[in-house]
Amino acid sequence: MIPTIPQSRPFRFAYSAYVILFFLYLALPLLVVTVFAFNDSQFPSLPWEGFTWNWFFGDSAPMIGVFHERPILRAIGTSAFIGAAVSLLAVAVGVSNAFLFTRHKFRGRGLLYVLMLLPLVIPGIVLGISILVFSSTVANSVWDSMKWDLEVLRPGLTLVILGQFSFIATIATLVISARLQKFDQTLEEAALNLGATRLTAVRTITIPYLAPAMVGAFVVAFLMSFENFNTTLMLVGSDAPLTIAMFDRLKEGSTPLLNAVSLLLMLGSSCLALIMIAFQRRD
Amino acid sequence: MREGTRIGFILLVTPLLLWLTLLIVIPHIDMLLISLRERVGVGEYQFSAANYLTFLQEPLYLWTFLRTAVMSVTATLITLLVAFPVAYYIAKMAKGRVKSLLFLLCLVPFWVSELVRTFGWMILLRETGIVSSLLQYLGLVDGPVEMLYNDAAIMTGLVYTSMLFMVVPLITTLGSLDDAVIEAGYDLGGSGPSILREIIIPHAMPGIVSGCIVVFMLSLGNYLTPTMLGGKDSLWFTELIYSQFIVRFNWELGAAFGFVLLFLSSFIVWAMLRLTGQTLEKTMG
Repeated sequence: MIPTIPQSRPFRFAYSAYVILFFLYLALPLLVVTVFAFNDSQFPSLPWEGFTWNWFFGDSAPMIGVFHERPILRAIGTSAFIGAAVSLLAVAVGVSNAFLFTRHKFRGRGLLYVLMLLPLVIPGIVLGISILVFSSTVANSVWDSMKWDLEVLRPGLTLVILGQFSFIATIATLVISARLQKFDQTLEEAALNLGATRLTAVRTITIPYLAPAMVGAFVVAFLMSFENFNTTLMLVGSDAPLTIAMFDRLKEGSTPLLNAVSLLLMLGSSCLALIMIAFQRRD
Repeated sequence: MREGTRIGFILLVTPLLLWLTLLIVIPHIDMLLISLRERVGVGEYQFSAANYLTFLQEPLYLWTFLRTAVMSVTATLITLLVAFPVAYYIAKMAKGRVKSLLFLLCLVPFWVSELVRTFGWMILLRETGIVSSLLQYLGLVDGPVEMLYNDAAIMTGLVYTSMLFMVVPLITTLGSLDDAVIEAGYDLGGSGPSILREIIIPHAMPGIVSGCIVVFMLSLGNYLTPTMLGGKDSLWFTELIYSQFIVRFNWELGAAFGFVLLFLSSFIVWAMLRLTGQTLEKTMG
């Protein structure tokens, strides 16, 4: 079953047909979401009532477009803020972990490495509730002993950021470690021989080498944070990020407004993906 | 220099330890403690296994749990069966430009939020949706058909949502299989199926295992897809956890449910690694 081994014609035909069907299956849901963002109707379903931009730019009821819908715009802002915070934290901790695991040999290293991988195999909703439970335990005991109400530890932005960080940090660590392992350490030694301090050597040689992986990890972390639903659902407070806001609307019934938001999301993430690919290419 | 590396080591290990203890280890211990207590009065608790007994004695809870587990295993198997031929095609049959294009096309849907993907399936499957309209147009059915809110819809959504996590590891491991080995198999008189069984599948095992682990985890812990595509009575275990925590405010029972879910997922991951002789470091890292 490789090109150099001849196969019967019907077999090859059936195989190609299967692969084409598979890609149709992948594309179909995204295609309908896109198409119905432009339907001039209250519902994202047939019949087709004609083409309209109103679900993007409309400013009067019943067709208020995305760019005039305050709650959605605010939710996008919240998501972007959470995403940036989570990615910054994850990349910082990821770089530190990568140096630790590739440069240092110490007792308990294997155990710590497995522990570091664990967040990937814990269901997101369980991560969410465990952090919710622990933060309330801390907040309650602080209140009981000192009568301080620690707002930070109640469901809200901080907890969402911590919750998402708790597993996205693993991904950032893996992405950055993979590149650091390929680094030729004699380059750093050369810098040391030329009189650089260890810190200068790392700053001027190793970090620039790691930059593509850091950008990659940042983009992946940002997208994962933006899309995250399970962990966020358990930790969210009054200011909901976009996925939660859209979920709440979807439960009440959908309008093509949601299609328009989805289309913008698709465009946004494709742009980020392209930026990332361009960055990796340049290297 | 020794002193320098020591300080460097401490600086590097601190963030890692803070992250793992404060966000992973202690929260789970705290959750375990909370799941092991029972409310006996206002603000008074005592140590007991009552929450776990409730889980075992209430048929609805146990049934939902088993149903979620079985459906997740089924979704994993279907994903594997659907993904394998495609991954093989991309890894072994396609060449050059086409190969990278197909690989990229596989990734595209997953740059989009799961919510959007699920929403797409709702538009397709609901009573006024595309599939129903198409069937009516073709004259295959008389009236609108509701295709949402059943197990098949949940399954479609689950398989779709986790496809990427099966396809990518499969492509990676299949790509590392040398064509010459397959040719040798044919030279030695092997047939298509026997080569698949004796050469290709054993070689792809690490990819199959890591794909299955991730897909199973994602299905088991999924909340969005069963809720949106399965409707109110979809009976998914994560919905029980959500309702105990957010709706009923019974954190003790919710924490116990969380632990049961965690236990099941860890057990399955462990069993899969054990059966195939893989380690977590190798499959995930």
